[in-house]
Amino acid sequence: MTSSPALPAPIGERVPHRRTRRLAHGRGRYVGDIKIPGMLHGTFVRCPHAHARIDAIDMKAAKSLPGVVAVLTSADIAKVCKPWRGVHGLFPSLNAPLQHALAIDTARWSGEPVALVVATSRSIAEDAAGLVDVEYTPLPAVADPESARDGTTKIHPEFGTNVCLAASHESGDVDAAFTGAATVAAETFRFGRHTGVPLEPRGLIAEFDPTERRLTVHHSHQCPHQMQNDFAVLLDLPEHRVRVIAPDVGGGFGIKQQLYGDEIAVCAASMLLGRPVAWFADRLESFTADIHAREHVVQGRVALSAHGDILAFEVDDLHAIGPYSQFPRSSAGEGRAVLTQTGAPYRFDALRARATAVFQNKGMSGHYRGVGQPIACAVTELLLDKAARKAGLDPIDVRRRNMVRSADLPWRAPTGVVYPRLAFEECFATLEAHVDLVGLRRDCADARKNGRLRGLGLACFVEQTSRGSGFYGAGGVAVSSRDGCTLRLEPNGAVRCLSSITEQGQGTETGVLQVIAAAVGVPLDSVDILTGDTATSFHGGGTWGSRCMAIGGEAAWRAGRALRAEILTIAAHLLQADSTALDIRYGVVVDAGGAARMTLAEVGAVGHFRPHDLPGLNPQLVASASYGPDTPFRAGCGIQLAVVEIDPDSGMVRLDRFVVVHECGLVVNPLLVDEQIRGGVVQGIGAALLEELLYDSDGQLLNGSMADYLLPMAPELCDIELLHAHAAAQGGDDLGIAGVGEAGTTGASAAVLCAVNDALFARGVSIAQIPCTPERVLTALGVI
Amino acid sequence: MKLADVEYVRADTVEHALALIAAQDAETRVLAGGQSLMPLLAMRLAAPARLVDINRLAELERLEVVDGRLVIGALVRHHRIATDPLVARVAPLLARAAPHVAHPAIRNRGTFGGSLAHADPASEFPACTLALNAEMTLASMSGRRTVRADAFFEGLYQTAARPDELLLEVSVPVATEASRFAFVEFSRRNGDYALAGIAAAATADGDRLTGVRLALFGIGDTPVLASEAAAILESGPVTDALVKQAVATLDGIEVRDSATAGERYRRHLARVALKRAALALARPEAASCR
Repeated sequence: MTSSPALPAPIGERVPHRRTRRLAHGRGRYVGDIKIPGMLHGTFVRCPHAHARIDAIDMKAAKSLPGVVAVLTSADIAKVCKPWRGVHGLFPSLNAPLQHALAIDTARWSGEPVALVVATSRSIAEDAAGLVDVEYTPLPAVADPESARDGTTKIHPEFGTNVCLAASHESGDVDAAFTGAATVAAETFRFGRHTGVPLEPRGLIAEFDPTERRLTVHHSHQCPHQMQNDFAVLLDLPEHRVRVIAPDVGGGFGIKQQLYGDEIAVCAASMLLGRPVAWFADRLESFTADIHAREHVVQGRVALSAHGDILAFEVDDLHAIGPYSQFPRSSAGEGRAVLTQTGAPYRFDALRARATAVFQNKGMSGHYRGVGQPIACAVTELLLDKAARKAGLDPIDVRRRNMVRSADLPWRAPTGVVYPRLAFEECFATLEAHVDLVGLRRDCADARKNGRLRGLGLACFVEQTSRGSGFYGAGGVAVSSRDGCTLRLEPNGAVRCLSSITEQGQGTETGVLQVIAAAVGVPLDSVDILTGDTATSFHGGGTWGSRCMAIGGEAAWRAGRALRAEILTIAAHLLQADSTALDIRYGVVVDAGGAARMTLAEVGAVGHFRPHDLPGLNPQLVASASYGPDTPFRAGCGIQLAVVEIDPDSGMVRLDRFVVVHECGLVVNPLLVDEQIRGGVVQGIGAALLEELLYDSDGQLLNGSMADYLLPMAPELCDIELLHAHAAAQGGDDLGIAGVGEAGTTGASAAVLCAVNDALFARGVSIAQIPCTPERVLTALGVI
Repeated sequence: MKLADVEYVRADTVEHALALIAAQDAETRVLAGGQSLMPLLAMRLAAPARLVDINRLAELERLEVVDGRLVIGALVRHHRIATDPLVARVAPLLARAAPHVAHPAIRNRGTFGGSLAHADPASEFPACTLALNAEMTLASMSGRRTVRADAFFEGLYQTAARPDELLLEVSVPVATEASRFAFVEFSRRNGDYALAGIAAAATADGDRLTGVRLALFGIGDTPVLASEAAAILESGPVTDALVKQAVATLDGIEVRDSATAGERYRRHLARVALKRAALALARPEAASCR
């Protein structure tokens, strides 16, 4: 925390999220709660095959069912909706196949939408969907990443390859580093495909008014402005007549961040039918229709000197992304994160990194919380542990020895990334003040002497947050890296905020309210906020890449200071005082001595109803600011520590302790920051121990239900201890906030996997695969 | 998803319920706690034409000791099995197994009879009834009959109950001072269906066990009695060697395979469960039922 004395309360206070009370009282208004007169309900007929030609669609029986309004196929949707390609200008070699809202001619994953049934109720639509008879000719399916890369079946024959994108980066003399190394450790890592599972599945209501060619979409989405742009472009509508409203949204995690064929098909249906059309994903269909992520096979190695200095990393990442490049962001980001985040916490000289993304006949992949950063972190940390053990060095000492120090800043990493600010020295000091690392290690070692499998794992991580426009904007992708805030002084002296940040449960709205209250000088309760409506706010980025507080919070601060300045000008005029000698505290204008001079209600009343008392001033009573970082990203960093014990009989991994040390600049609301990090950690633990979408070799999902896809739940977790390290502010004139949304996820699975391997090392075995299922643990132990 | 259209009828009396399920004009399912049936309907994996709701039949909620047996009405909720002091005293195996049945919200609604009639091979109570030598009372328009647990579970989701029969109640012998019970279950998460588990009952006789019944669940189409292992455990004082011998009998049993837990893994867990249960039966003071 910068703990700048200049930043007044309630910045820094542990304020509960304002929405919680309303949501807990059942007053939430999710998209599924909205009823619009004349609203129809859609449901999708989805392809049961992983790869199939669509020969014929017989809709007669479905259309004749009473209550059915339309059965739409790709040809119908194409009348109003263009297809798209998930290209990215910075990666001209990226193969981006043309994707249609509904499959046309060929379906390429089991779950791809083929037809949309629209009826007067969801039940009738589902009855009718069961009557749609699609004739398929199954085609050979490509499922696992290696056969996608090496096999003969091509999913998109026009490219002659299943490779979507091959990217590489080399820096320093890698071969010399490995040749001269005292220790080299190598490993092939496998990461299970998983998905974010928001409590509220995806859904939308599209409402097209043909008289004005106006489309209003009530959308459970993280990025309403992005969708406004996408809908306008693909549906050929003027963008200013497209309005996307994200009401209460029950979780996103990146799942609600891109354009989906099924969702734009619902908009197209509303345009074709001239009536509001609703569709809400069923939890079961979500498993095949939502984006997945993180199916990687990574070959990595690290070179250490005799002293334990890291000399070089080499990684070769193979990433299977499903059948298309996602739109509008493309599928370049996840592999790129592996390329650029390998070894991020450490000083080293040479890097050879390759990332290959391949098409396969599984569900679409996209940007799940952390994107590729958890992969890079796990590979880095596991390799370091392995090399340290091989060299007979203490794995924690190796980390301490190699971490980027403040003297190294700005650190120009061999990945090509420049880190202006990292705080590992502070994080280590905080960790050691809180945790007796030596004692913990002794405890694990003693347990192992008694035949128990107990291990300690430690992962350093860097989270890139709050990105500038250098990736999407520069790549021609219409995704904003900015956010905006408009503040209005109401006649009662309260402040109304219209912000382009979005809220899926993180609490960002509350953080922004705190910033505004502090910036203007009013009680927190005197500020109200409206987010998630493209008609009311600046065209902002919304939720992605841990950005809303850092960027939207900065915009709010600047708008707040501007509004404060105008209030003081008005007050100075009325009081015939010097505005620089006045201040606003808790909604009251005070003088230099702190004496109350007038309330903001008086300022509001004069400004709105008696402006003749302010001749020549023309009060605005409104202030706006927008903000976007001009740097590539802001880094948060930290250390995660896990202690696990494995039951050697059952292979079950029990978490006994989990500690996170984190540094993220200014902490506006420690309560909500801690909960963000804890939530992210839980998703990382899920990845490490439980979650995996299992497919057979024909591309069929085998565990697509909440009974079989195992999410972490409270009884399987331990307390997650949170510590904040405090490093010097990064300078500049902004608040100095870094994002926190993905921090927990980025390091957690690495810490758990390291701990599992620490436990297994006593038996001379290891696991380089997540999730570490008990079956895999027992297999590694040779028990089964 | 939304369930397909289905006719709903609430039975006012047992006779009314029996008449409804005997009617031939529509495929009928009995609705009790609905914790398995309703998801099946919602996922359109089942689409009966009529649901007969038995939740108002108060006589199916009895829970009392009659002639040395605990009688459990089909509508007794899992939560009551888990918390009623009578169950803990006279049928502690059931009380011990109950917390493993899903989660509190499900236990509040789910019924003992429903769990048995549904006959999911990975659920806890069918195995318990098998270990406890329970008797199921089935009723139809043509009368009542009793089926022993050994004959009740016929296959995957299949029981000896005919389509026109309603499971009314179940009875198990009241535990004595000499009764020994053990319950071991392995699941990936708290409350999940078992990967493998065992419900075990025996009577202590000096340093020996008699009447050993070891009901494995989660591994086959039905809960299965490990009779060979039971006979070994009855053959002498329960030593580590004897337990090892009993565990070895599981090498030959049929174990199912699934994407989330392979056959070898399930068999291994069944072995571990049996070992832990056998030791717990022999040394109840050292028993730990996780």
